[in-house]
Amino acid sequence: MITSILNISSNTEKLSVVREFVSDAARNFGFDDETVSKISLAVDEACTNIIKHAYEYAPNKELEIKVLTNKQQFEVIITHQGKLLDPKLIKSPDMKEYLVHPRRGGLGIHLMRLLMDSVEYKIRDDKKCEVHLMKKMSTAVG
Amino acid sequence: MSNFKVAIRENQKIQVVDLKGYLDAHTAPELEKLFQTLIDKKVFNIVVNCKDLNYISSAGLGVFMAYIEDVRKNNGDIKLSNMSSKIYNVFDLLGFPLLYDITSDEAEAIQKFCSIK
Repeated sequence: MITSILNISSNTEKLSVVREFVSDAARNFGFDDETVSKISLAVDEACTNIIKHAYEYAPNKELEIKVLTNKQQFEVIITHQGKLLDPKLIKSPDMKEYLVHPRRGGLGIHLMRLLMDSVEYKIRDDKKCEVHLMKKMSTAVG
Repeated sequence: MSNFKVAIRENQKIQVVDLKGYLDAHTAPELEKLFQTLIDKKVFNIVVNCKDLNYISSAGLGVFMAYIEDVRKNNGDIKLSNMSSKIYNVFDLLGFPLLYDITSDEAEAIQKFCSIK
């Protein structure tokens, strides 16, 4: 079930709007504050990567952020028409190596994977690209 | 209007950078500019006070990553203090407490610089 959609231009200025939109949706779904923060950060990272790498900072392109919920599952799908993200960027860095030789970049994808239950990249039939970020509601019984 | 502010002050001859608000890909260039100014002035002992920092993404972390080796090569350090648990959790998730000296308060970070002089 689609619960909400946000359309933004490919401008980093809009990241705060994205975070607010996703946080509201995640909170309404019933996640606790810590999980809301995690989802919001992961979606920020995904949008930042699209603006930076897929659109190469062109400011007037479009991103659609769609929230789908299904029972215990909360999914955010971000659609863009930029370049398909480079698989090298999609690969998580070796953190052991990273901590010995710090460098900028590559952390966004790694963070997304740590924060969410799954992160997937898809190309639609109409050639639009999608990033899927999924988080399940914990069903642990206390 | 930017939802991020960065300011600098001196505490016991150590440069302290105060961060306030939301540090993301949009606001990270402001912090980057400040770090570059400090490095250009050969300031290598830096404390970053995160008391009023509400949010950090990898773009913000990237600024620290970009300069940490430079300052350490010059016998300096970037020490981080006063993080909320929300900010600390992001550092912790990436294993960054191994890379950065993170102290609970600014005085402790300053003290560490003073004690090695």
